[in-house]
Amino acid sequence: MNEAVVIAGKVLIFIGVIFDLLGCIGLVRLPDVYNRLQAATKCVTLGTCFILFGTFLAGGFLTKSILAIIFVVFSSPTAAHAIAHAAHRSKIKLWEKSVVDKYEEEKEKV
Amino acid sequence: MKKLVLFIVSFITWLILTWTVYLPSLLIGVGVSLIVSFWFADIFIRHPQNFFQIKRFLYLLLYIPIFIFYCIVANLDVAYRVLHPKLPIEPGIVKVKTELSTLTGRVALANSITLTPGTLTVELTDDGYLYVHWINVKAIDVEEATKMIVKKFEPILKEVFG
Repeated sequence: MNEAVVIAGKVLIFIGVIFDLLGCIGLVRLPDVYNRLQAATKCVTLGTCFILFGTFLAGGFLTKSILAIIFVVFSSPTAAHAIAHAAHRSKIKLWEKSVVDKYEEEKEKV
Repeated sequence: MKKLVLFIVSFITWLILTWTVYLPSLLIGVGVSLIVSFWFADIFIRHPQNFFQIKRFLYLLLYIPIFIFYCIVANLDVAYRVLHPKLPIEPGIVKVKTELSTLTGRVALANSITLTPGTLTVELTDDGYLYVHWINVKAIDVEEATKMIVKKFEPILKEVFG
């Protein structure tokens, strides 16, 4: 039983590392700061949560990792929102093939 | 009332962090939680009476699996776009409207939007509009975009934080 839990934890850590890797690939390949933030927040948050849950199982039910998951889930999107907002405020343009920018239009009206 | 709510929350956090019933540890936890709750209760807690309604916690429990499901879908979606050689993205910033009235609810909605399929909240206005960066824009119109992005979460979040 105990062995199985440890193995499951290691598998989860492996999946988490793969998600983190995908996030990093996205960070390199996507064109502008907003798209890169998308990859960076989503994949890295879920990857980190998988890794932490894996350590929860493999490390003998460490409850600290559950607490860490809660904090990561709260803070990561907030940080992404702050970076995106700051980028838009400092007039960083969207990628040239972007479809629409309602925020820019609304700001011009005001 | 506000202080009591923050005391309970911070003491539970302490219990999870230390995970022991060793008496000195518990006493330190009580002391630290008291200090925290006396200093910060007015900043963090706005509607203390909502905390004692069990219904909200039940809806939160219902919300978590839905959220995890959409989160994993989002990740597979982004992974597909990132690995595809042609990079199939059509990014843009759209405007959506939310009916949530409380600050906590709106923040929870904004964070949920950021963590789910191809969307990232850029700005949250006081009158209930969100500007959302969408990696693959399917609808430019405010109502259409609201239907596709917000409606998945809004009904449950309204019960939890509304």
